[in-house]
Amino acid sequence: MGLKTPLFDLHVALGGHMVDFGGWDLPVNYGSQIEEHQAVRRSAGVFDVSHMCVIDLVGARVREFLRYLLANDVARLRLPGKALYSCMLRVDAGILDDLIVYFLDDQHFRLVVNAGTRDQDLAWIRQQAVAFEVAVTERKELAMLAVQGPEARAQLAALLSADEAAAALQLGVFSGAAIGGSCGAHFIARTGYTGEDGFEVMLDAAAAASLWTRLNERGVQSCGLGARDTLRLEAGMNLYGSDMNENFHPLESGLTWTVAFEPRERNFIGRSKLDAVLEYGSERALTGLLLDDRAIMRAHQRVLTSAGIGEITSGSFAPSLGRSVALARVPTAVALPGTQVQVEVRGKALPARVVRPPFVRHGKVLV
Amino acid sequence: MSNVPADLHYARSHEWLRELPDGSVEIGISDHAQHALGDLVFVEAPAVGRKLKAGEACAVVESVKAASDVYSPVGGEVLAINDALVKAPELINQDPYGAGWIWRLRPDGAIAAAGLLDANTYSAVAEAG
Repeated sequence: MGLKTPLFDLHVALGGHMVDFGGWDLPVNYGSQIEEHQAVRRSAGVFDVSHMCVIDLVGARVREFLRYLLANDVARLRLPGKALYSCMLRVDAGILDDLIVYFLDDQHFRLVVNAGTRDQDLAWIRQQAVAFEVAVTERKELAMLAVQGPEARAQLAALLSADEAAAALQLGVFSGAAIGGSCGAHFIARTGYTGEDGFEVMLDAAAAASLWTRLNERGVQSCGLGARDTLRLEAGMNLYGSDMNENFHPLESGLTWTVAFEPRERNFIGRSKLDAVLEYGSERALTGLLLDDRAIMRAHQRVLTSAGIGEITSGSFAPSLGRSVALARVPTAVALPGTQVQVEVRGKALPARVVRPPFVRHGKVLV
Repeated sequence: MSNVPADLHYARSHEWLRELPDGSVEIGISDHAQHALGDLVFVEAPAVGRKLKAGEACAVVESVKAASDVYSPVGGEVLAINDALVKAPELINQDPYGAGWIWRLRPDGAIAAAGLLDANTYSAVAEAG
């Protein structure tokens, strides 16, 4: 048996089909992954993301520390509660993890990192933090729910006090605040991993099941890891461990936009390697693929192109498109929208077209 | 608990077989199999007229999770395929033993001699994973 989130018993009671996910017992679906996916695209769904790791960083030099630790630049975070997506790199620019960093106050930032990389992340962050005298604390006691979909914000707000609801609904995209005490929440942020609007809620473990049930009672669909994966893939969002890992740098992982090369004088871990890649160009790029045939692209299938062999890093049936989409790492020369390639699917080379992710955003198909 | 109707025959590879009054048979995948696969999105059935051997991989069911071969529980000639699955593969999830049938076959020999499992034995196989 694996690790259990505070919602384990509720998942089982709701008929969740439990699977092992990086050592955690989590629901892959509660019956139909496609129905769960469509609920998030059309109305609202709720996900248990309590397995993700929340780390608080506190110290007088915490901003300086994060400007060194992360490839994106927390100097961009000026308003308390504002969040930023970033990679955390090794010295050779291999991606240790992708994360969200929240600016809470001048002495306090918060990271949310992946569950599967928790141990190595904590060790790395603690090692780097020593020189900056920053205290690193894992917030293991917190549960986390993601409420996602066009109706998600209104559905959660309906369960808050009037003041809290007003504050939550005023949150800008990629911003959070310490609100939601009336439902056991410590922090509500307008973030997610689905390509839809919504909130992520950090709350007391003891309050998580109650909030979930009240959302269900309002018609918010329970959603498992299966729907989370197809939603994020359609939204063109990378999954750590599939689309990137420590053997790849951000420029060959579709994440150039997350690296702050300016200001030039900012030194961050991995910078010198990335400066060199930028100068000479990356040989590989991560891009989107669209398949016309009635078949499904899957991770690790080969992509045959005029410039050499590539590889599918994530592939699935895309419920919003009714066909298969994928992310693939291919030679940069063919990573241009419209380029025709072939994907080896179950022994057949099937035609596919390069497209620029995202495939779907805010319920609309973009490709 | 998955549903295992008592009046059908089963293969260890999770297909079911129904004997029809005219001597032909209808074939699909079990409730256990559809549940393990999750939402089905594509079904590739064998061509009508194709002659199959017992145990031959002749159809593919592909779910959001994975593609899986389907094996013919007995040998024979394909008489018909379920065209409704082209537009609605989810029929296999919704009604694996009814509207979710995949193909019909004129069997080469007696079903009783094909070494298939009864419902009780198949239930034990499915339970064991």
